[in-house]
Amino acid sequence: MTVAIDVQGLDKSFGGRRVVRDFAIQVEQGRITGFLGPNGSGKTTTLRMLCGLLTPDGGSGTALGFDIISESWEIKRRTGYMTQRFSLYEDLTVEENLQFSARIRGLDRRRERVDSALADLGLAERRKQLAGTLSGGWKQRLALAVATLHEPELLLLDEPTAGVDPQARRDFWDEIHVLAARGLTVLVSTHYMDEAERCHDIAYIAYGELLARGTADEVIAGAKLSTWRGEGPGVDRLSNELMKDPAIEMAAPFGLALHVSGSDPQAIERALAPYRRPPFHWSRTEPTLEDVFIHLMGGARDNFQ
Amino acid sequence: MTPQVGQAFSLDRMMAVLIKEFIQLTRDRVTYAMILAVPVLQMLLFGYAVNGDPRHLPTALLVQENSAFARSVVTSIANTSYFHITHQARTPAELDRLVRTGEVQFAITIPGDFTRRVLRSDKAQILIEADATDPTATGSALAALAQLPREALRHELTGAAARPAGPAQPFEVVVHRRYNPENVTSYNIVPGLLGIVLTLTLVMQTAIGVTREQERGTMESLLATPVQPLEVMIGKLAPFVIVGVLQTAVILLVAKLLFDVPMSGGWLGFSLGVLLFIIGSLGLGFLISTLTRTQLQAMQLSVFYLLPSILLSGFLFPFRGMPEWAQALGSIIPVTHFLRVVRGALLKGQDLADMMPSLLALAVFVCAVAALALARYRTTLD
Repeated sequence: MTVAIDVQGLDKSFGGRRVVRDFAIQVEQGRITGFLGPNGSGKTTTLRMLCGLLTPDGGSGTALGFDIISESWEIKRRTGYMTQRFSLYEDLTVEENLQFSARIRGLDRRRERVDSALADLGLAERRKQLAGTLSGGWKQRLALAVATLHEPELLLLDEPTAGVDPQARRDFWDEIHVLAARGLTVLVSTHYMDEAERCHDIAYIAYGELLARGTADEVIAGAKLSTWRGEGPGVDRLSNELMKDPAIEMAAPFGLALHVSGSDPQAIERALAPYRRPPFHWSRTEPTLEDVFIHLMGGARDNFQ
Repeated sequence: MTPQVGQAFSLDRMMAVLIKEFIQLTRDRVTYAMILAVPVLQMLLFGYAVNGDPRHLPTALLVQENSAFARSVVTSIANTSYFHITHQARTPAELDRLVRTGEVQFAITIPGDFTRRVLRSDKAQILIEADATDPTATGSALAALAQLPREALRHELTGAAARPAGPAQPFEVVVHRRYNPENVTSYNIVPGLLGIVLTLTLVMQTAIGVTREQERGTMESLLATPVQPLEVMIGKLAPFVIVGVLQTAVILLVAKLLFDVPMSGGWLGFSLGVLLFIIGSLGLGFLISTLTRTQLQAMQLSVFYLLPSILLSGFLFPFRGMPEWAQALGSIIPVTHFLRVVRGALLKGQDLADMMPSLLALAVFVCAVAALALARYRTTLD
């Protein structure tokens, strides 16, 4: 396998607060890796360190074979970065934004590239429209087009689909998979579980540390979590009561149902025994990715405090 | 619209807004500083530095006869406290140069036949040439000379020297208001305005233009591209050089057409000065943008800079009327030097050599801000 990203020991602090600690990750070329984790867990900071926007306080590594500290310029040339906030020029038109990006990256065949990007996006009719007046979904497509105009080898996406409707998200992910199939390595941070499942690999980060790594199935299996699903009227209101039992690490409502998880299945059985009565109905189920993440987050917070 | 229940003025709701406003005010440290610093600065500057009746103005002397009469006249002139003899010129040419370069405000010539003519009551004269580019600076001093002929030689013209008859005054003071004989204030203000307008638009525009990119997040995208600091700086500033040149042209045109400001030449130095000043102001705006996070802060810092540019540069008040500390402060401000170049060129027709000190000061300003701005500019978000 070709390694696109290989970093070790990354550290970053802001104002005395350690946002990323001893972070190491390897990412294979052509894979879509999802960065997941609670807010403030260091996802954005990590992405920024990988593309040279932030200088790590400690640690080392390479992206696309270039040193992330001393050769960040080379990395920037070969990387597309889509920021969390829409960060194109709102007072330039769609076309002007693309042209600016093409120029600043010194691309050849600018007109051709911009035209084909506009056509791919379905934005050809809106080319003269100001970027600021686009709807959320269109803005995000434009941002992706700008980030990929120079045919990067690495694409960093920071919560690219926040506030975008499901159809637009689906289209967006289809596009990402097409790009990855051509060999592009993608790192994408997200809070959406369905998006996590669309990634080839997952990296779960909490409080600046990498807690889980692998495919969705591997991450779920690795958590060694046992989960029960409770159904019946009012079962979702039991969570506070159940959480008092130390065996139950997590009790989270899923709509009208309740997911109860913990590491020790026998202890959970004992804890659930008093509630095995009508109208409740309990069944053993496979933990979802979300169960695993909430579990990981709880564990990480305990370590952090 | 009829008021709904509970729609009457609520003190609690008003307080909610008021308290929030106070909290936000203290959050923005630059605003906070400006609220306190600006009034204090204004008071100090207006109160101590600004003086509409400047005294002890530098004066050059050319005495062509060594006589008691001449010495008395010089002493009397110095005693008015408006004139401070700083140079003794040996030739009329030297005297002329001192006035033209602005090293002195006044040049006094006492001719070789002064004593003889006084004694003969034969139209004795002394010549005072004033650099009248700024009428405020010279007005009071020249007015104080009215008493000079009557008082200066009172002691000498007694006894045998007392003249039985003749004109009421033993000699005449001839005043030449050079460069601005009619004492038109707008001749001084209008060229000066060029410096203020350029400062206002260029410093503020660039400071805001760059901070806007930070505030809107477009800087993050920009930094993620391989673009280099110098490329960003030149690319962002170059359009404003054109803006500055256009503004200069418009102001010159209006100055000529509406105010009839003289344009005596010195165009080479003038152009050089304008160019240096534009580039320096843009660099300063860029520097300000590296020190601030929001557009509002950038604007406030620009205003903070503009204030002394107006008050201490000699734009509104005579530079030499200020105490020495204020003059020292004023000498750091680029507008001060720019005003000297502009007024020197338009009103005095100075040549390049005359303007050299001011042009050099502007060049230093350009290099300093450019170096600082580039050093402060971050290619990362750290």
